Amino acid sequence: MKRTITEKLLRGKAGQLVEREIDLIVCHEVTTPPAIKMLKKKGIKKVWNPEKIVVCPDHFVPSKDIETAQLVKELEDWVRKQKIKKYFRLGEHGICHALVPEKGLIKAGMIVVGADSHTCTYGALSCFATGIGSTEAAYVLAKGKLWFQVPETIRFNIKGHLRKEVTAKDIILAILKKIGVDGAHYKAMEFGGEVIEKMEEEGKLTICNMVVEAGAKNGVIENKEWFSDRDCHYQKIYNFNFSHLEPMVAYPYLPSNGVPISKAEKDNIKLDQVFIGSCTNGRYSDLKIAAEILKGRKVKCRTIIIPATTEIYKKCLRERLIEIFINADCVVSTPSCGPCLGGHLGVLARGERCLSTSNRNFVGRMGHPQSEVYLASPLIAAASAVAGKISMKIL
Amino acid sequence: MKGRIQVYKRDHINTDEIIPARYLNCNDEKKLAKHIMEGLEAIKGDFIIAGWNFGCGSSREHAIWALRGAGVRGVIAKSFSRIFYRNAINNGFLVLNCPEIDDNLKTGEEIEINLKKGYFTIKGKRYHFSPFPPFLKKILDKGGLLNTL
Repeated sequence: MKRTITEKLLRGKAGQLVEREIDLIVCHEVTTPPAIKMLKKKGIKKVWNPEKIVVCPDHFVPSKDIETAQLVKELEDWVRKQKIKKYFRLGEHGICHALVPEKGLIKAGMIVVGADSHTCTYGALSCFATGIGSTEAAYVLAKGKLWFQVPETIRFNIKGHLRKEVTAKDIILAILKKIGVDGAHYKAMEFGGEVIEKMEEEGKLTICNMVVEAGAKNGVIENKEWFSDRDCHYQKIYNFNFSHLEPMVAYPYLPSNGVPISKAEKDNIKLDQVFIGSCTNGRYSDLKIAAEILKGRKVKCRTIIIPATTEIYKKCLRERLIEIFINADCVVSTPSCGPCLGGHLGVLARGERCLSTSNRNFVGRMGHPQSEVYLASPLIAAASAVAGKISMKIL
Repeated sequence: MKGRIQVYKRDHINTDEIIPARYLNCNDEKKLAKHIMEGLEAIKGDFIIAGWNFGCGSSREHAIWALRGAGVRGVIAKSFSRIFYRNAINNGFLVLNCPEIDDNLKTGEEIEINLKKGYFTIKGKRYHFSPFPPFLKKILDKGGLLNTL
């Protein structure tokens, strides 16, 4: 039987309901404390396997208020009691979707769940990874298993010689524009073709990070060991040649509202804030691109830069990127999800407009319901910060 | 089951709208309910009616808890995002898929739901919803996933 990589990973045929053992569950301080409470209520005293649990507080770190401090404390007490070793406390912390792959915890062939929708990021490393809620997290923490319906797969073949300003972020924004925010509802999105084959791992993580923005169950990229069989059944195949693709900007209020940068430049969109960071684009290569543009320049609107993990932060320090950012009048924060979800560290006021390298631009995502978020790559974000409006004309 | 409907004539009502992330520092249903749908029309009905892809975005189960805290007894939508749908079932919260729902329904109209027979009635018109697969029905009947442990 010919199978897709996702069918192989879940060991089932598309449509089939399966219960599978979980190789790794990723927990953070927002969605896991409720799961801990549920376990307590059920009288379940021990997790199924502390070795397979990774805990990274990231959303509101360092704690933004008493309530979040309480959540982190609950999480920490539980981690200690359960003897969970893979705990990344403040000081070795980072956004889970950047940190977990960085620590080498994701291996091809794994089944990974996380109580966070962007858990789909890890599929870039040829595993099955999907987001779950708190109740399912509690179930997994107790039993080490979960049910899945094996999804059908949509295959995206990406070819062409990309323009030098075009990055992984532009590719996924272009795909979202094409298929819409429910264009891969319940499906697996599998990416391949020469552009993906040549892409560095960080770009692949950016692409798989945003599959949930199309409603997908998982995103996946093959490797030498784990791949889809030739002539396997795809629900649909898209063939894109992105030689002429321009950098993309997704307008409010959906990630699928992408327009080419040339159109955005004509719209003369002035900015109050630029944010470079998040689980989508807070990795070293993202910050390096931004630094190359910001070097020796000054930003015209407030600009917040957040390395996704402590290791990335340290590397930025060693390579003197932080200095470049600060000299350009940007602010740099310790790793955190920060402003991406409007929690802290750069929340928007009524009527304010932000260009962000994150993944969602829904109403109120980064602050006031009447603020606006535009999504783009770190390259466009840095160039726009210098221009004070959405533009890459300074390049 | 009888009640009034609250109509949101929109697709892609996402979890950031249902409960913004800045309120996720607690998980108490009543406290969350204070901030439900902040940028949208306030909820007046027992059952929400909405378009495609309801609940897309984040995996926060707080969206379900906030709805329940606000007295919402169920959501009927043309379709649901995957994680929201699972979260609802796992909490024993009613979610009904009904792609045929009329776009001209109005907030305040009465709804009568017959779960056993798989239909609901609004203004004399009967709508059928897809029955739950036995597997999901079992979770719902037990009042949520953890009751199957």
